[in-house]
Amino acid sequence: MSVTLVKERYASKVGEVVLGATPEQGGTRTATVTVGGDSALPFLHFEGQMPNRPVIAMEVTDIVPAWQELITRQIGDVLNDPAAWAKKCVDEFGADLIFLKFDGADPEGENRSPEDCARIVREVLAAVGVPLIVEGCDDPAKNNEVMTAIAEAAAGENLLIGFAEQDNYKSIVAAAMVHKHTLIARSPLDINICKQLNILINEMGLPLNKIIIDPTVAGLGFGIEYVYSIMERARLGALANDKMLSMPMICNIGSEANRCKEAYVSAEEYPGWGDLADRSVLWEAVTASGVLQVGASILVMRNPAAVRLVRKNIADLMSE
Amino acid sequence: MALTGLDIYKQLPKKNCKECGVPTCLAFAMALASGKAALDACPYVTEAAREALNSASAPPIKAVKFGKDSVLGDETVLFRHDKTFYHPTTLLIHVSDTLSDDELRVKLQEIKNLEFERVGLHYSIDGVAVVNDSGDARRFAQVAAEMAESTDKSLVLLSEDPQAVKAALVQLVSRKPLIGAATAANYEAMVNLAKENSVPVIIRAEGLDALNDLVEKAQALGYKEFVLDPGSRTPVETLANLTHLRRLAIKKKFRPFGYPVIAFTGKSEPLEEIMEASIYVAKYASAVVLKTSSQAHLLPLMTLRQNIYTDPQKPIQVEPSLHSVGNVNENSPLYITTNFSLTYYSVEGEVETSKIPSYILPIDTDGTSVLTAYAAGKFEPEKITEAMLACGIADKVKHRTVIIPGYVAVISGKLAVLSGWKVVVGPRESSGIVSFSKTLSLS
Repeated sequence: MSVTLVKERYASKVGEVVLGATPEQGGTRTATVTVGGDSALPFLHFEGQMPNRPVIAMEVTDIVPAWQELITRQIGDVLNDPAAWAKKCVDEFGADLIFLKFDGADPEGENRSPEDCARIVREVLAAVGVPLIVEGCDDPAKNNEVMTAIAEAAAGENLLIGFAEQDNYKSIVAAAMVHKHTLIARSPLDINICKQLNILINEMGLPLNKIIIDPTVAGLGFGIEYVYSIMERARLGALANDKMLSMPMICNIGSEANRCKEAYVSAEEYPGWGDLADRSVLWEAVTASGVLQVGASILVMRNPAAVRLVRKNIADLMSE
Repeated sequence: MALTGLDIYKQLPKKNCKECGVPTCLAFAMALASGKAALDACPYVTEAAREALNSASAPPIKAVKFGKDSVLGDETVLFRHDKTFYHPTTLLIHVSDTLSDDELRVKLQEIKNLEFERVGLHYSIDGVAVVNDSGDARRFAQVAAEMAESTDKSLVLLSEDPQAVKAALVQLVSRKPLIGAATAANYEAMVNLAKENSVPVIIRAEGLDALNDLVEKAQALGYKEFVLDPGSRTPVETLANLTHLRRLAIKKKFRPFGYPVIAFTGKSEPLEEIMEASIYVAKYASAVVLKTSSQAHLLPLMTLRQNIYTDPQKPIQVEPSLHSVGNVNENSPLYITTNFSLTYYSVEGEVETSKIPSYILPIDTDGTSVLTAYAAGKFEPEKITEAMLACGIADKVKHRTVIIPGYVAVISGKLAVLSGWKVVVGPRESSGIVSFSKTLSLS
């Protein structure tokens, strides 16, 4: 006897967002990347469409990062050259996008000038054809200066720039609007703030298809279940036609997963945890797998071996 | 999933004879729905109605128990934020009976090593699935017996051949293994074997339609201790099947699928296999059988399982008493944090990395993080002072300096006055503790 399956009929779908711009669209990218558009829960192809597969952005920093050797060894001698590093991520590791982070702009660190940051963005734009995600440093005031300079220098490229927060969003929203970029709206693991922030940004005039939600990720073992449920609720909200929760979501997996001790301590130090090489790759990859199951559209990742694994997982889940 | 009074009323005899002590059948139905009456009070209710009402009030997914404390099923929601997931996915390691005795010894040692301690929690592997790949019933029974002898974990006995399962089961009935799989070809023998020995059995068919047919046939044999296997072995198909089975059981009360589901990985490359298994752990598999048994592979998967199955309403907490990291002495610094386990272990991890033996005093904030606790008035200077007094830290160190989280710098003045200790404002994020600790001077 044939079983009548339960197929949900959703009122709406996740909005589609285009990143990057080709020469015809006023940029210099060789191709754009479209995310979102899902009309069902992740990978449930039997009841809706997932027109765009989740994509992986690889992290590149403007200063040589203090990452563990297992990762830096794979990246090699390009770590001090953001443009060459970005090119390697695209050519060798198959990154769909580049996530460029200006840790060097931090006033308490190297205190790189906004002009200098803008120059590096132009260099990376020249080195690769994929769309760029750019974030400044963790100092809000400096971040505004840096991102304003970058937005202007890369006008027309439709960068994904970050990030707007509930108590600091106006300058970056203005920069995105004036120079035609897309914006990351970050909320601290709180779906109400997430929604409120999207409303505030939208009220300034930035259209909803120019916003990407960053729900703030926690790594595996350190609160990923909070992220998981918040994203699941946001996705259900989008499908139930809540427009202010209907943006695609970006998850910064690399930095969070690699902050967890399990991703970097050696087997000598913790013999019960097993060999570090595979454990480290899986810590990042399983964190990614968790958020993929609740609707992540853009994964920001670090470890090339984890990227390979997650790309395979996405391909498996997209095959019908 | 309680029935409404009207649902119950439809099944009643509608005589309005008052023999149940209630004026009308409808009123009796209402009383049943609110739990004020029992169905037995009605002498005229038919067997069919009794069955329908009993099964409707039964849990949507049956709890199936086997082996050493393994509980499968008994779940009530599709999303953990709706309530919680109750029974963490049972993880089982595939052991083939084609392995040589030496290989078996290695495998067994690996399985024994699958016990982990992290952030104050203990994770352990649940059991072993012995698989009759050899086709030889004697070898299968022999390997099953060896496994049973070497580990007290739960056992699963897998063979298409009921005779082979019988040979292995005879000696292990007291361990209550899960057996299988019952298929269209062997289900009578397999289900009867399970019934005679009171052990649960896996029902396997290719696809949901075939599975539905087979479950109904198997139920007709008068047994209901089932675990379902929809036969798929690729991630995308298995995800769809797991979702369909859970939805039908919970949303439609579809009884043939009201049983826990077991998933088998299809990938042979171990890292890919863990990625595949992570999908099934998040999405409704009550048990997963894995080929890899290396610590580095299982720790991430077991961590995901623990995370997903955490009750969203009850944060995990640590004991709000004085903890020490390393060989503490009278010069060790004192850090204050909250008893939310994530907060506490983030601090502990960093303090440990700093290599400076230190005291950490988590304040009882009902398991909330620093800012949440502060906003809720649970991280007040009075409370911290009280906790410092109660734990006797003053007798353990000779300095009088206490370090508080950077986010609550605002309480430092009042805390200094109340406690009489010098208050140092630490970094906002625990990740800053290592560099902070290097510049710290206790006077």
